[in-house]
Amino acid sequence: MNVIEVKGLKKSYGDVHAVQSLDLTIAQGEIFALLGPNGAGKTTTVEILEGFRKRDSGEVSVLGFDPQTSGHQAREWRNRIGIVLQSAADAGDLSVIETVQHFSGYYSNPRDVDEVITSVGLQEKAGALIRNLSGGQRRRLDVALGIIGSPELLFLDEPTTGFDPEARRAFWALIENLRGTGTTILLTTHYLDEAEALADRVAVINNGRIVEISTPEDLGGRATAKALVSWRDGDETKTQTTDNPTSLVSKLSTQFSGEIPELTVTRPSLEDIYLTMIGGTHE
Amino acid sequence: MNKVPSALNLGVRRGALEIKQFARQRESVVFTLLFPVILLAIFGSVFKDTIAPGVTFSQYFVAGMIASGLVNTGFQSLAITIPMERDVGGLKRLRGTPMPASSYFIGKAILIAVSMVIQIALLFAFGLIFFGVHMPTDSTKWLTFTWLVLLGSGCSTALGIAFSIVPKSGRGASAVVSPIVIILQFFSGVFFVFTQLPTWMQQIAAIFPLKWLTQGMRSVFLPDTFATQEVAKSWENGRTFIILMIWLVIGVLFSIRKFKWDRD
Repeated sequence: MNVIEVKGLKKSYGDVHAVQSLDLTIAQGEIFALLGPNGAGKTTTVEILEGFRKRDSGEVSVLGFDPQTSGHQAREWRNRIGIVLQSAADAGDLSVIETVQHFSGYYSNPRDVDEVITSVGLQEKAGALIRNLSGGQRRRLDVALGIIGSPELLFLDEPTTGFDPEARRAFWALIENLRGTGTTILLTTHYLDEAEALADRVAVINNGRIVEISTPEDLGGRATAKALVSWRDGDETKTQTTDNPTSLVSKLSTQFSGEIPELTVTRPSLEDIYLTMIGGTHE
Repeated sequence: MNKVPSALNLGVRRGALEIKQFARQRESVVFTLLFPVILLAIFGSVFKDTIAPGVTFSQYFVAGMIASGLVNTGFQSLAITIPMERDVGGLKRLRGTPMPASSYFIGKAILIAVSMVIQIALLFAFGLIFFGVHMPTDSTKWLTFTWLVLLGSGCSTALGIAFSIVPKSGRGASAVVSPIVIILQFFSGVFFVFTQLPTWMQQIAAIFPLKWLTQGMRSVFLPDTFATQEVAKSWENGRTFIILMIWLVIGVLFSIRKFKWDRD
């Protein structure tokens, strides 16, 4: 069953075509990452799926429901999804547990409050006021509020922006845990390592269109791309691109009779592929 | 699958949460609740005269203070704090939950009603003890007082929520809202005797609810003989009721149709 189905989605702001004929299908239980530079149409697309914006044309179905519908049906639909936005810095005078407890009351089948707080690693901060939390702890609270209603579908918008590497790893572990519960997750990010670590599939979006949808391993023909072998021969650094790096290395090994000086074998990183796709270059 | 909680149930929960948050902001609690008392102390000490036989300025002023307390606590505070909540993303987050807009509005109305009750109690206590303000003894006056507070509080809440769409940012909200409220207070006879204001001012004030609330409150706190000194030579409580109801409906409709959850 598909949780999200989008066909021919279009959205313009005046003369700016933010989204131009976008198609997307996300299956149940998938962790799907939407990658793209700022202004590519990521946020517009996600906000249309979240029911925050109206589309100009195209078909959109999220959990079998058109996000544009309002009224009581919309409440029933929101009861089944969770949204973690880019930033929310309100309610500083409430404690973590008070806030999670309060939000749990919005849903028909909320998860256990203590269990959710523990799952995001805030059990020691449960009684702390929100204003006294660090940026990373606040983000964990955002996620707690996103999952308290036991959503079938969770939207995560650039969840680790501004995190230090350690906090980011801890956050990834948290998302991995959610995978175990069967929650479908739509993640937007501009960290490629994050997409690679978490996502089952990624879509690269640029200029309001999907450039490619694939697994992180296969994106842009990365898995089958030629390898670059480089080594030092005397004073000279030599490089060669090849489909068969192993045989080249073994040939060099014989030639140097042992250790090959400064040997490296590289394949294009997800970042290299991504930058090629969006027409950018390394800085 | 259980049903989603009712809008009223969530509204009451929102109200409890709003009160809890408000109570924790100590400076603003003290200032908001005691502001009318402070003003009464200042004006009551400056103007010692009586404006009619048996009517001290303090007595006249209590009516104005309760009416403008309703405007400050409801309209002004909501039209300033809601844009701030919007700025920090709090409203957008709520929008993404199954909580309906009506619950959010009910929560605000509860917060405003509760702070009004406390504010009025403080003003009464202070006025009685220090400024010899007389309380009405007639039960029909208390009935008038009750519907005025309820309707005024509802009207002020609805218009505050509706007006919250005007300020573009939380930071600028106070600069937009405060002057409007202060001018309205001067025009509506809160700080001065209404009939002594220029006619054009009286006419402008008559469009807005504060003038009517203040006049209604005078009907509660001043002797009925004073009614002859009003512009219309009577308290006009029926008209006050109708005008407040009209503004309430305008505020509610506007809030439902136009409320902004997001900055852009």
